[in-house]
Amino acid sequence: MAAALEASDVRKTYGSVEALKGVSLSVEEGELVGLLGPNGAGKSTLVKIACGLVRPTAGTTRIAGAPGYLAELFRFPDWLTADETLGFHQRLASSDGGERERARLLEAVGLAEACARRVGEMSKGMQQRLGIAQAMIGSPRLLLLDEPTSALDPAGRRTVRRLLEDLRGQGVAVLLNSHLLSEVELVCDRVAIIARGELVAAGTPDQLSRPGGVEVETAGGTRMFPEARREDAPAIVRDLVAAGEDVYEVRVLRSSLEDAYLEAVGEA
Amino acid sequence: MREAGIIAGFALRESLRRRVFLVVGLLTVAFLVLYGLGTWQLFDTVGNFDTPIKGVDAKIVAGATILGLAMFATLFLGTILAVFLTLGAVRGDAERGLLQPILVRPLRRRTVLLGRFAAAAGVCGVYVILVFLAATVITRAFSGWWPDRLAVPALQLAAAVAIIAALSLGGSVLLASTANGIAIFMLFGAGLTAGLLGQIGNALGSDTLDHVSTAVSWALPFEALYQAALSALTQDTVGFTRLAIQLGPFGGAQSAGPLLWPFVLAYLLAVGGAAAAAFARRDL
Repeated sequence: MAAALEASDVRKTYGSVEALKGVSLSVEEGELVGLLGPNGAGKSTLVKIACGLVRPTAGTTRIAGAPGYLAELFRFPDWLTADETLGFHQRLASSDGGERERARLLEAVGLAEACARRVGEMSKGMQQRLGIAQAMIGSPRLLLLDEPTSALDPAGRRTVRRLLEDLRGQGVAVLLNSHLLSEVELVCDRVAIIARGELVAAGTPDQLSRPGGVEVETAGGTRMFPEARREDAPAIVRDLVAAGEDVYEVRVLRSSLEDAYLEAVGEA
Repeated sequence: MREAGIIAGFALRESLRRRVFLVVGLLTVAFLVLYGLGTWQLFDTVGNFDTPIKGVDAKIVAGATILGLAMFATLFLGTILAVFLTLGAVRGDAERGLLQPILVRPLRRRTVLLGRFAAAAGVCGVYVILVFLAATVITRAFSGWWPDRLAVPALQLAAAVAIIAALSLGGSVLLASTANGIAIFMLFGAGLTAGLLGQIGNALGSDTLDHVSTAVSWALPFEALYQAALSALTQDTVGFTRLAIQLGPFGGAQSAGPLLWPFVLAYLLAVGGAAAAAFARRDL
C-alpha cells in the first residue's frame, strides 16, 4: 500500500522552544490515523508542516497530491454563502465538479438545507461542517483534519464519523487530530500519540490497550480474574461450571485507549 | 496567473458585498460637491481682482493651485482606500484563519500577494483617475482653465496609490493590521512632509532641506509621483505664473525626469519581491 503521507524525522523549533523533536509518521491510502496528544504537544504543528503552512526546521514530509485540510482555527468570509464558499475553493482547486460536487458535499455534511445561507449566519458547528466539506473539494487522496468535531453536537459527530468511514472505504487517507479519544477509538485504524514534541506511542487501538483480566458474572456474584487473558476465558468458565457455579456473563477486560494515552503522555 | 485572477476577483467581490464601493462613492460625491463649491467661490473672487499682478495669470495660478489641492485630497482618499483594502491581507487574514484554507489548495503565496495587489492597485488607480478627472472638469466649469497635461498626472496619481498599496501589502506580511495601517499612514505623512520641507528649502535656498526632500521623494516615490503630477498640470506654463504655482501649499511641483517611471516599476518589483520572500518564510 502506498503512503499518502510520509513524515520523516520532522523537527520544528520556535526560538528556543522545540515544538517537534524528530517525528516520523506515515498514513497509508485508505487508512484513518488518529493523532493524539496533550495541548502544546506539537500535533497541529505536524499537520501544518504536512500541508505546507509551516516550514520544518529539519526533516521531510511527502504527500500524495494536494491534501484536503481543515484547520483547527479557521474562518470563511462571512459574506459568502455555503455554496459560494465551496465554489470559490472549487475554482482554486481547479475542480470541475461544479454544482453537483457542491451539492454532494453539502449533503454529506448535513448542510444541504443551508446551501444559500451566509457563513456569518451559521452556528460554529455548521461552519465546522462546511469546513469539512471544503476540505473534500476536488476529492483529495489525503485529508488532514485538525479537530474536525470540536464544535459539533453528538449527532454532528456521528455524521462526521460515518463520513470518515465512507472516505476510508473509498481509499482516502485521513490524519485526524483530535482530543476526543472515544471518537478516535471508534473510527481510527491506527493511533499516534505525541507528547512534548515526540512520538511516544503508535499502533492500533487494540495494540495500545492492555489486557485487564476476565470478569465473570455468576449466581454468587461477580468473580474477577485479574491476570487472565482472553484465551483463558473458556477454562475459567469450565472450572466454575465444574465447581457447580451458574455462569451468566463473561467479560474480557482491556485497558481503554484513555488509559493507554495517559500512560503514554506520562499523566497516568 | 489564473489563480491570481481568482484572488483579485474575490477581493473585489468582497469590497462590493461589504459596500466599500458604495460608501466610498457617496463620500467622494460629497467631496466633489464641496470642491465645486470652493472652486466656484475661488473664481468668483479671482474674477473680481481690481489690480492684476503683473506677469502672473491669476486664473492659471488659482486653477492649478485648487486642482493641486484636489490632487492632494484625491491622493489621500486613494491612500485610505489602498490601505484599508490591504492592511490585513496576510497576517491579519492568517490570524483570523481566513488564509490557511486558501493556501493549501495549493496556492503559491506570491500568487496571493499578486492577486491582492492587482485588486487594490486596480481599484485605487481607477478611483483616483476618475476623481482627478471629475475635479478637473469641475475646475474648468467654473474657471475655463484646463491643465497643460491631463493623462500624465492622472496616471502618476494612479501609480502613487499603487505604491501605497504595495507598501501596505508588504507591511501586512510583517505587521498586525492596526500596526501596519499606522505605519503606512505615517510613511504617507513622511512623504508629504518631505515635499513641504523641499518647498521650504527652495524658498530659503537651503541645500540640506532640498537634498533631504529629494532623497525622501525617491525613497517613497508616491511623493515624487505626486510632485511630478503637480508639475505636469502647468508643464507649459512659464515665467512668474509658474513661479507662483511652485510656491503652492501642498509640496513643490517638481518634475522628477525621465527616470521616474522606470524607478517606480523597479520599486514596485523590489517591494513585491521583498514581500514575497518574507511571506514565503512565514509560518502560518
